[in-house]
Order: sequence, then structure tokens, then C-alpha cells
Amino acid sequence: MSIDLEQFHQVFFEESLENLDVVEQALVEVDVDSDIDSEVINTIFRAAHSIKGGSGTFGFTEVTEFTHLMETLLDEVRDGVRPLTQELVDALLKSCDCLRHWFDCLQAKQDLSDEQSKPLVVIFENMLNKNSALASTEVNVSKTTAGTDHVPLHHWQITFIPHSEILLSGNEPIRLFRQLEQMGEYKVIADISGVEDIDQLTVDECFISWNIELVTTTGKEDIVEIFEWVIDECTLTITDNIPTVEANNVPEIGREMIAEKSGAIVEEAKKPKTKIEIAQKTKTIAASSAASSIRVGIDKVDNLINLVGELVITQSMLSELGNNFDMSKIERLSSGLDQLLQNTKELQENVMRIRMLPISFAFNRFPRMIRDLSVKIGKKVDLQINGEHTELDKTVMEKIGDPLVHLVRNAIDHGIESVEERVAANKPEMGVIKLDAYHQGGNIVIEIVDDGKGIDANIIGQKAIEKGIVDDVSKLSDGQIYDLIFEPGFSTAAEISDISGRGVGMDVVRRNITSLGGRIDIESEVGKGSIFRVHLPLTLAILDGQLVRVGSEVFIIPLISIVESLQIKAELVNKVSGNMILYRLREDNVPIIPIYKEFNIEADNTELDSALLVVVEGDGRKVGLLVDDLLAQQQVVIKSLESNYKRIEGISGATILGDGSVALILDILGLITQTTPKKSHSNRSMKAA
Amino acid sequence: MNMQVEVPEVDNSKADLSLGAADFITDGDQYLTFCLDNEHYGVDILAVTEIRGWENPTLIPNSPSFVKGVINSRGVIVPILDLRIRFQIGKASYDPTTVVIVLAVKNGHDSCTMGFVVDAVSDVLNADEDEIKPAPVFDGLVAPKYINGLVNVNDHVVTLLKVEQLLSLDDEVVNDE
Repeated sequence: MSIDLEQFHQVFFEESLENLDVVEQALVEVDVDSDIDSEVINTIFRAAHSIKGGSGTFGFTEVTEFTHLMETLLDEVRDGVRPLTQELVDALLKSCDCLRHWFDCLQAKQDLSDEQSKPLVVIFENMLNKNSALASTEVNVSKTTAGTDHVPLHHWQITFIPHSEILLSGNEPIRLFRQLEQMGEYKVIADISGVEDIDQLTVDECFISWNIELVTTTGKEDIVEIFEWVIDECTLTITDNIPTVEANNVPEIGREMIAEKSGAIVEEAKKPKTKIEIAQKTKTIAASSAASSIRVGIDKVDNLINLVGELVITQSMLSELGNNFDMSKIERLSSGLDQLLQNTKELQENVMRIRMLPISFAFNRFPRMIRDLSVKIGKKVDLQINGEHTELDKTVMEKIGDPLVHLVRNAIDHGIESVEERVAANKPEMGVIKLDAYHQGGNIVIEIVDDGKGIDANIIGQKAIEKGIVDDVSKLSDGQIYDLIFEPGFSTAAEISDISGRGVGMDVVRRNITSLGGRIDIESEVGKGSIFRVHLPLTLAILDGQLVRVGSEVFIIPLISIVESLQIKAELVNKVSGNMILYRLREDNVPIIPIYKEFNIEADNTELDSALLVVVEGDGRKVGLLVDDLLAQQQVVIKSLESNYKRIEGISGATILGDGSVALILDILGLITQTTPKKSHSNRSMKAA
Repeated sequence: MNMQVEVPEVDNSKADLSLGAADFITDGDQYLTFCLDNEHYGVDILAVTEIRGWENPTLIPNSPSFVKGVINSRGVIVPILDLRIRFQIGKASYDPTTVVIVLAVKNGHDSCTMGFVVDAVSDVLNADEDEIKPAPVFDGLVAPKYINGLVNVNDHVVTLLKVEQLLSLDDEVVNDE
């Protein structure tokens, strides 16, 4: 009965990483000075235990041994024998990192190094040793205790052969073992020779018997007492063995280190429910074990099924209508088509929703990070997170993680002041960093707010001149000066710390965000704090577009970048510096880009007077696009041009219109940078003038 | 104009033979032949995903003259290239009988799909490896790197083209304009 366990590895890794997240979150929440909620400890314990169990099943011995140590300590904490100290919390957090690293290695099929784990194992063992000196009567499962104990040890050999109906009376063998476990070091060997073929198995019958070796100070009566409830339903023999060499060398992880096959079975007996779940999940994942997967709530799937049901009904209604159609039924046809439109729209929205994950996936790493950083640099920081249930496309989420980390690091490093500075400025010692996420229109907005010292426009301006990023800042607004920190090579940190300050970060942050079709802006007040606001599209796959026509071609302008559309008045058109055509839009002068010229195509209208101008904005700059006609607005599905062709300047992608033809989507940002001067500051000072 | 009529006539007898069911399972040495002007060319039939009639594609701005634009082929955006312009063979005219051969090449996980405008599709050709003769060194309009070899069929010659090379948009192609 050999099963290829490898197909379950991916599930194990995913689950274990999730469990590690759980442990980490719970640990960060723990406040060692106050009373500890036992439920928190239980959560941590359970997660660590699952990792251990899983790794044992799959034969990742290093992981099993390591998590066993963690578990032993946690077990003592749970029983109230050991206080949860800051030292322990730190060590446990570090072991999370270590395990995460190991799982990465295992996933890449690399060998595990004990570089990270060794110091932790030493810490854990020291802690355990100290404790075993204190605990007098109870013998711990730790390997160090077995030798140091003075009470005479019995080596009980227990054979436990339950009758097959034992489970019917509600008796769970694992409970018995748990009780035995508390008596001392023990080793269970499951005898599965009685197990029938899988198709012969009855779920409520027990075919397994067990041989238990128990090293303990407890007498026979106490052991018999444990089995008292099941004594009528089993064959039980208990004998005291003379200590053998083998019994002495029972590995410390003996509890779980059973033959692999029986290990799986014990595991199954422990939590049958979870196992079934895993099995079901595995079925779907096994096929593409390496591909990333996504967990979808069952309600979302149900919704989809309902919608598809409706779609089928509408379709059959329409086809029936089509079979014997005459003009009297035209009204029913149009209402049917309306319904179809409604159905497809809902279906589309729901399918997109499957890709949506709550932003807490990106936010969850921050409590730990803030905790570590604030200790490291001696600042007191309170992290407040709001709107963690706001949903965001998975792809966007993956790409926004690093920029967010950078922004939060900046907030704690540059934003929040040291305790002394804060006291001197009459602020509470504890600085506050707020993470907020909410939907606004078709966008998601993520705010990183700190109540630190704020950004001083003067300092930024000076620094920018020093670095040669701009020549003159006197004409720039505060907002424009703040934007300078996103320029490459800009960093105001006097000293380079390992947290931030290398001056490579912020321009990368902005580039990542704009590549997702988003933007970032800054609000700040000296002494009060700063707000970094990241605007992102909800999804990358669909956008709201304005269809425009130039000559015979249809182009799509992303609705989000359109500021306004207007008819050109000839007297507001100015020519500057030879060939630049500017349009006076209230206070601004907007450069006009004739699309037909840019793309070398024929247009109906090449005269500027009373032509249509679509004013678009990107990267803080506005340009006017000259088009022949404005057509409909509609949602379009973005298709890649690059996959079969190559990148085209000024085009970000393509889509398929209702009539099956292809329309190209304009790359507004590309068009702007293509046609406006490369050195952005000359453009800025011109606009500010 | 009359070449579409002419070519099938020549190959009719052979087409019947080679299209027999048994031939389809022999091996991979089958080629789809088509004509550009009066010349015959062939591509590996396994790379052909679709043969479709000419329809007006969506223009790609600032592209070389042989890139006619992009079309929607089953939800995928496929660029259309005119082989007649690319190889400068014959005249590029578009009418309802103009044919587009859609070719795809899998490269690991990525696949690249493109459509090629030709004058007409003619035949499926069976050719064993030893029947394919290396192209003599000559200074033709089709660069040697596109050519896999030549096959003699009756009294004319079919030039087998390298699909991978056709689908690659290398620098030579870009400068071609």
C-alpha cells in the first residue's frame, strides 16, 4: 500500500506556512506583562502541533524535531508550568523564521541547513533543562530528563487490542494515549495487520491494535485505571520489562516517530475531519502541484453556480424565442437580451471576485515587522490597522507587498521620532502608524499614516538641489516638492541605516505602483505627521474604457485617466517654442497630442478648431489627445499584445469589442513621457509658472 | 489572379493520395504548402492552427509595412504579417480569396501565434527527411535563415520555411521597412 506522498507536499507546505502565520500573529499579539489568554496559547500550540504532525508524516525529520521542541515548551506554558517570557516569545518568533526558511528550501528541494536552528535549539534546550530541575515529580518527554531522574523507572510494555466495536461506544483510543503521554516518555507502535482492504473497511470499526512502551514512575494501577473505561472492549496486557538498551534510547520524539505508515494512521485517528478536508483539497491541487493556488470561499462558488444557472435559463429562453420569431415578440427579445447582459455582467463580476483576496494578506506581516523594528531602533510604535477586509486582486496584492513594506519602514525610520524628541515636542511617547485600506470608485486606496515629524518641504527642496535633481524649487508647490522624494537617487537620511536610507527605495516604490496602473501621493504637515496614499486599480484584467475614433480606427482610453473632454476653441490654442501646441485649460497649459500624427494614421479631422480634445492625466501631468469622435464607454477585458507580438510605443494592450474586432488601448503614461520633455523638472517649473 | 486556379490543378491527383487517412498517422513529416505569386512554399503542418480568410485587421501604429495589424482569433490577439511584403514576392492584394495561415510555436510555457497572409493554400505534402535537399547558396529575396530546405514535387520546387524563424521578430525584420 504505497502512496506517493510527494503529491501532498504542496498542500503541506501551504498549510504549514499558513500555520506559521497564525503562530506569528498570535505571538505578536501576546503581551507578556499582562495575563495571557489561554486561547492564544492554544492557537499557537495547535498550529505548531499540526506542522509537527505533517512533517512527521512526510518524513521531514529536521522539522519534526525542531517543532517538537517548540511544542514541548508551549505545552508547559499551556499547563501553566512555565511563564511566557519575552525571551521565549522572541525565540519562538525566530523559530517561525527558521521554519519558513526550511519550507522554502524543502519546496525548492534543497538540503536543510541548521544554521538558523542551532542557536534556537540551544535556547530551547536550556529553557527545558532549567525547568526540569524545578519540576520534581513529573517526568518530561525531553530527552535530557530521562537520565537525570532519581525515582525508579518502570518500563511498561502494554499491548492494547481493542475490539472492533470500541469506537461505537464513543471511546477514542487517542485519548487514552494522551493520558499515558502525561505519565512519561512513551512510544506507540500501531499494528495495522488487522486492517482490511480499503473497500472492506467500515468507518466506525477499529482494526488497529497498539503496542505501547511507557517509561514512567507511575505504578501499574494507575495505568490500568486509564484503561478502565474500555477494559470490557479490549484485550489488555501490561508487563514491566527490565530496562533494555533500546528502551533507554527511545528517541525523544518517540511519541510521533512511528513507522511512517502507522504514523499516517494515528494522525488520521486524531483528526479525521481535517484529514478529509485535506484529501479533498489535494485532489484539485495535485494536478498542478507547483502552480500557485487560491482559496475560494464556498459562498463565492455557490454564487457562481447560481449565476450560471440563470444564464442557462436566459439562454434557453432566447433560443426558444429564436425558433419561432416574429416581429410581435420583439419586446420579449429585447428584455431577454437585457437579462443576458445583466447575467453576464454579474457573472463577470463574480468571477473577478474569485481572484480577490482581503488585503490582510499584505497587512499581516506588518505587526511583526513593526515590533522587530521598534525594538531595534528604540522607538515606540503602535500599529493600527483598518479595513483589512478590503478586497484586492491577487496579482495586484503580490506586487504591492514590497512597496508597502518600504513605505511602512520609511514611516517608522524617517517619520516617527525617537522617544526623547517626541516628549520634547509634547507628543505621547508612543508613535502611531495607521494602515488603512478602502474602496473608492473602481480603485482601492491604501493609506500609510504616521504621526511623526512630517516632511519639511524646505529640507527636501535643498536636498534635491544638492543632488542635482532640480535647479530651482522656489516655483514648486509643496506637493511637487514632495514628489521629488520619488526621484531616483534621492535620500534625506543623514545616516544610512539598514532599515532605509539608501535612496534606491522610493523611486522603485513609485515605479512599482505606476506599473500597476496606480499612483501615490503625499500629504504632510511638519510636526504633525505624513500620509502616503496609494491608489490602485482593483484588478488588472478589466478596465473601464472610453472608446474614441481616429479615422477608421477605434482606440480605448482608460476612463480613470480622463480628466475631461472638450471642444477646442481656436483662441485658446497657443504655439510655443516652435512646434509645441498648448491649449489653455483654465489656469493650465496642456500640450496637445494629435493621435493621428503620433500613430501615422489618417484622421477625418486635422484642424484644431472645434475638434474634440480628451484631456488625460498621468504621473501628475496633463495632456490633451486630439480625437475624431467619442464613442461609447464600456468595460473592456485587457489582452496582451506582447505575448504574440511585441511592445508597441503608446499602446498598453488590446481588447476585443462586441463585434469581435480588436481595439488597442492607449498607454497614457507612455504617450505623456514620449511627447513631453524627458527631464521632468523643466516641465514642472513651466507648469508652475 | 488566375494562380489560385492553376495550383490546385497541378496537385489535384497528389492531394487525393496524400490526404488518405493512413498518411495522417505516419509521422511528422507533413507540410502545408502555399503559394506566394508563382512560387511554392511549405511549413510544418503541426505548427498550423488555423487557415482563415482575409479580414481587415486592426492597424498597429508605427509598425513595419508587412505587419498588417492584429485580429481576434478565438479570444487571442494575433498579429497578421504579409509574407508577400516581407519577402517582396509578388503583389500584395487583398480580396475574399486571400488566405491567412495561423502558425503557432510552443516555447516552453509560452506559445507564440501569428497569422501570415499568402496568396493561396495548395496542398499537404509528405516529405521524408532524405527528400529534403539543402537550398543551394543563392542570393534570393528570402534570406537563407528562413529556409529549411527544398523538396522537388513533380516538376516544381517547394521551399520549406522554418516556422520558428518566421515567428521571430528579430532586428533584421524591424529594419526591413
